[in-house]
Amino acid sequence: MKDAPESAMLIDSSETGSSVTDRRLTLALAGNVNVGKSTIFNQLTGLAQETGNWGGKTVEVKKGTLYHHGLQIDIVDLPGIYSFATYSPEEQITHEYILTQSPDVIINVVDATSLERNLFFTLQLKEMGQPVVLVLNYNDIARKKSINIDTGLLGELLGVPVVDTIAIKGIGVHEFVDKALELLDKSRSNAGKLKYGTEVEQRIDKVIELLNNASPKTASRWLAIQLLEGKNPLSLSEDEKISAVVSQAEKLTGELVSMHGEDISTIISAERYALAASITEKVSSRTSNVKKFSNILDNITLHPVFGYFLFFLTLAAILFVVSLFGEWVTGVIEGFFESFKPEITGPAMDIFWNGGVIGFYAALIVAIGFILPFFLILSWLSESGYLPRIAFLMDRPCHTLGLHGMSSIPLIMALGCNVPACMACRVMNNKRDRLLATFLTTMVPCAARTSIVLGLVGAFIGWQWAVGVLFFQFLLIYLIGLALNKIMPSTSPGIIMEIPEYRWPSLKNVWRQAWLRFKEFLVIGVPLIVIGSIVIEALNVFNWLDYITDILAPVTVSWLGLPAFTGVLLIFGILRKEANLALLISFAGGAAITTIMTPLQMVVFTIVILIYIPCISTIAVLLKETGIKVTALMVLAEIGLAILIGGIAYRLLGLFL
Amino acid sequence: MHNSKEEYLEAIYNLTRGGKAATTSDISKRLNISPSSVTEMFKKLAEDGYITYSPYQGVTLTEQGTALGEKMARKHRLLERFLHDTLKIGKDKVHEEACAMEHTLSDEAERALCLALKYPDRCPDDGKMIPPCNLDFASCQECREWNKGNFRELGKRKKDVISLLELKTNREATIAFIRGGKSMLQRLCDMGLTPGTKITVSRIAPLKGPVEINIRGSKLALGNRIAGNIFVEAPEKCKPPVKKD
Repeated sequence: MKDAPESAMLIDSSETGSSVTDRRLTLALAGNVNVGKSTIFNQLTGLAQETGNWGGKTVEVKKGTLYHHGLQIDIVDLPGIYSFATYSPEEQITHEYILTQSPDVIINVVDATSLERNLFFTLQLKEMGQPVVLVLNYNDIARKKSINIDTGLLGELLGVPVVDTIAIKGIGVHEFVDKALELLDKSRSNAGKLKYGTEVEQRIDKVIELLNNASPKTASRWLAIQLLEGKNPLSLSEDEKISAVVSQAEKLTGELVSMHGEDISTIISAERYALAASITEKVSSRTSNVKKFSNILDNITLHPVFGYFLFFLTLAAILFVVSLFGEWVTGVIEGFFESFKPEITGPAMDIFWNGGVIGFYAALIVAIGFILPFFLILSWLSESGYLPRIAFLMDRPCHTLGLHGMSSIPLIMALGCNVPACMACRVMNNKRDRLLATFLTTMVPCAARTSIVLGLVGAFIGWQWAVGVLFFQFLLIYLIGLALNKIMPSTSPGIIMEIPEYRWPSLKNVWRQAWLRFKEFLVIGVPLIVIGSIVIEALNVFNWLDYITDILAPVTVSWLGLPAFTGVLLIFGILRKEANLALLISFAGGAAITTIMTPLQMVVFTIVILIYIPCISTIAVLLKETGIKVTALMVLAEIGLAILIGGIAYRLLGLFL
Repeated sequence: MHNSKEEYLEAIYNLTRGGKAATTSDISKRLNISPSSVTEMFKKLAEDGYITYSPYQGVTLTEQGTALGEKMARKHRLLERFLHDTLKIGKDKVHEEACAMEHTLSDEAERALCLALKYPDRCPDDGKMIPPCNLDFASCQECREWNKGNFRELGKRKKDVISLLELKTNREATIAFIRGGKSMLQRLCDMGLTPGTKITVSRIAPLKGPVEINIRGSKLALGNRIAGNIFVEAPEKCKPPVKKD
């Protein structure tokens, strides 16, 4: 290559002079929500993905590596975005990434079935002068809906290379990388092709001219539009010359506002949409208007009666399948490891086996038996487009807690296992909603906790009591939700969510999505569980647990009215809640549990177990998702709540039991 | 007498908003006035062209009556918000206070109050929707930025507007007005809901659930409250839908 292309210089000034191929290139995937970005990301990068932070931000973007004709290229999957006038924190990530990290080329993934809305964002990218390759995805679905898109003409009108893909089949996926590389060798001068209405266009030109006079370096069409919109993205007003431009721009804005009789942001959005609509009109031809299958499906899945019925049926099926599968996996893994069980001779051996190995396989059971199937199902539902429908159905019920429909998904998953549920709280884009939902999620009785309720209260006192305890727990979750909603009232006015067309997901992609999250848990969760388990076993081996029961006695014995040995159980319960029942049986020494615990104690103990602390796997995920402060706060809150409610229950229920 | 006419129209507006007629006994109960006085007033209002009154079936508002009834309901609820939010008067007392104040509140003060309260959409005591103003604006932001002096020069909206929640499903309408703050307006515009755009409501979830709309060739779900703040030109009344081709 002869000279350094202009684009490369603009992108990374520290490496000016070097040729494009001398350094690692970065391609960023950006586009609306649900356009198939992650499918394309998966196709490009295979399983070699990681989620990483950038620029000191705690938020994450997905990164992967592509090997393309001997080149090593970084691929970044940015969260879905509709507009650079950002609304959600996720969009903010994308906005900041594009502004500050300047990827070499932006791969703008576009849904062919709703071209107009997608082009709205494309136009903004063009305004910014970003080097863009447009990837037209779901064109096969568009064709089925009798929408034919002239990709050649689309590219010509936009002044960007357009590649037709069917991402789930991998068709066209590597072609756009070639196009992106070609783009690097050209200067990006074709940004001026797209014109808005004359009145707006004249004023944009005027601002560009003013900017050119004031500070030629910063002058750009994008900045001009930003200034007209009354935004000052680079806080330029410190410069005297530029602040003069800013006030000039304000005047021009005033002219536009009085001409159109509309607010400036409305004018600019309308201009962009007008252009997007005219391009869409020019490039697409609709041969016939078929009644869409997706619409018929929606009449059932969003029906005010059948919709909920179907939803609860799906829910029950998921919980049933996962609990069956989990049980089976538990048996297989436990059987496998137990067959190697050595004779336990000394404390070291004891800690190694009962702490390390058992901790390890317990973590594997959670990972393979519960987390993986949950994520497979969730990925499938999410790829097919059913999740936004669940959010639609559950939006109203969630409103009583100041949450939106999206939060229903983790809360439901939590019934199976809290761990994937906490991870799924990421779907919420508002920090307050995410925190509230995560906290409530950790309160939902997972399969393991439900098994204690059934195995202890249900088996020894009666099913009515078991149902009562569970009902009480749900009531508690609801009340806490109400209380939290009072303390931190909802700030977001409601959902504005796209409902995509139904699609048949690709199993390969579903698997990859699930695998990524599964891997995350393996890397972070498993070591934590093993370490925690070793520590507790060590305490046990060296008989320090007695000290703990003594320390805990004022709470367990005096306040909660429980036998002293339950202190140990509560500590063990941090590792695995379902282990409590097994331990209780071993404490009874073969005799019935009724000999060591009264019915009242059983109920109080179960209530405490349900509330007191998330299991260590959940804590591990909480740490990752919310940070140490919030996790500590949640754990302390739950311990406090458990002690408080347990004590009250002991005193109140004592009247009946 | 004038005040009581406004009271009547407001009461009829509130009772007939759902589409059914109001009966003499409804009004009599609501305003705590004897049925015979109510019947008398109905006759007067019908003569003035505010209502259509047919004995045994009840009354409905004419276009003129709707405009005035809606105006009073709007002033009433805006005042309730002001009394509650700004003056911290208890929820149980705001209704009565507002009833007394609404008749003396000028249109100019009504606009100023709406802007000062940041375009409230619900009243504090029963959560009822505050009707939109009748000024010729496409958004509250536009109203906020309008500063060309004389209030009297401000145009009135040419067509009646109804919220998306009142629009029949699968009937196309044009977005006329968006109520709300700057960031909400920006987002709705960015999602394609710019004033002047054609929109249809395809589904409203029960119990004030979210609303599914079709716009610019794709489907969106909007929270109930957001949908209630998007207003479209009201379809022509009393005429069966005519197919134009």
